[in-house]
Amino acid sequence: MNLTNELISINELNKSYYSINNETKTLSNISFKLYKNDFLGIIGPSGCGKSTILNILSGLISDYSGKINKKKDLKIGYMLQEDALFPWLTIYENTILGLKINKKLDTNSKKYVLNLLKKYNLFEFKDKYPYELSGGMKQRVALIRTLALKPDILLLDEPFSALDAQTRLSVSDDIYNIIKNENKTIILVTHNIEEAISMCNRIIILTKRPSTIKNIYNIELDNNIKPTEKRKLNNFNYYYDLIWRQIDK
Amino acid sequence: MTYNNYIKKTKRNKRIILFSQLFILITLIFLWQYLASNNYINSFITSSPKNIIITLINLYKQNNLFIHIFITLKETIIAFLITSIFSIIISVILYSHKLLYKIIEPFLVLLNSLPKVALGPIIIIWLGANQKSIIMISILISIIISIETIYNAFENTDKLKIKLLKTFNASKKDILYYLIIPSNKKTIFSSLKINISMCLIGVITGEFLTSKAGIGYLILYGSQVFNLNLVMSGIFLLMIISFTLYKLVNLIIKNSSK
Repeated sequence: MNLTNELISINELNKSYYSINNETKTLSNISFKLYKNDFLGIIGPSGCGKSTILNILSGLISDYSGKINKKKDLKIGYMLQEDALFPWLTIYENTILGLKINKKLDTNSKKYVLNLLKKYNLFEFKDKYPYELSGGMKQRVALIRTLALKPDILLLDEPFSALDAQTRLSVSDDIYNIIKNENKTIILVTHNIEEAISMCNRIIILTKRPSTIKNIYNIELDNNIKPTEKRKLNNFNYYYDLIWRQIDK
Repeated sequence: MTYNNYIKKTKRNKRIILFSQLFILITLIFLWQYLASNNYINSFITSSPKNIIITLINLYKQNNLFIHIFITLKETIIAFLITSIFSIIISVILYSHKLLYKIIEPFLVLLNSLPKVALGPIIIIWLGANQKSIIMISILISIIISIETIYNAFENTDKLKIKLLKTFNASKKDILYYLIIPSNKKTIFSSLKINISMCLIGVITGEFLTSKAGIGYLILYGSQVFNLNLVMSGIFLLMIISFTLYKLVNLIIKNSSK
């Protein structure tokens, strides 16, 4: 990984939330780098501030201290915990929402979205409404809505947490496949250790609040197979054990 | 076969309900007439269906009936339009300026809990004893609750969807246009339905306080000269007007949400 591949570097990131009665320090001295085609996982106990990191990177939160260097013209997409599809819009209208708001809806971008819908088996549903789709399909629509803006980096905030256990596995396969196909760089926030190991090539473990980085692990599993297949590899359990012991209970 | 049975059953139920409703209505009317014509009740203070019809025909012959209906309708529709348009605009302004809302919130609560009819005399002194005052009273009665309803719905919009739009760098205007307004269409429409009823209440209240014509005037005048036939006729007309207006608003909403 050379320097030109570095997309984001975060240095000494600190963040506190304030209320009338107290100050809650959430992030403390978080530093890491993100490289092109990284699939970086961030895991830690719930409430530790994992999502805060994504909110800061995407620009939703602007009052923090620390330095964040982003590569010039870096486009960041964000996929939320739930699909957040608008029930009064069709699937197609939902996927072009970001384009419309950014005034980037033209024949090219329309074509691009329709192509994504075709590629990921949603084309025939494009004129249907969200309630007519399964949870997994809705999550794919949400991903396409994010991809429509052609982001370089995708931030995934517990993207499967609203799904049931069965769907969760198949959807993570789907989403993983789409992300690999589209050649994106990812930061995945999750509290699910298996999910992180099966999808990521690097995992940051955060401590309890105020979160610091406890450890960063490189996950060396075959990247050409699906997450559900990775779970069957021998090394999977080794990593699971390694990480599980590190997470604060 | 079972599906057909289901359809048959549903249709039969519908018919039973309609016939029962009509039966109750007609029985009550006939009972009222029967009791009145046989002097079981004093028709001088209860009036009777027959007398109501005669009164209405007389009003029609004197060329007054439609004038009164038209005046009340006009006042109600003007008040309804102003209330509906302004409550949406004010809700949007308050939603986009949280600080402003926090500042005026106690005043809104105060105004909301105040019986607006108490302001009637002041309004009449300020605006004069005319239709302007009636419309103003009607607006005052309906607008505060309408603003509160719409504003609260705006406030309760799914936070995750707002976050989603913010990840697209949406401006406040974008969020209003793409999310807040469309996701609260139902609440806005149902507040329109409430507004039309509230505005009619307001107009009648206003007409009770000051008027030269209108259904409220008919009722008030009737009671002052102890002409219960006129009072009952006014109430009967009012029932038809409020039902028609409600259905009309419903129809417009249905067509516009298609």
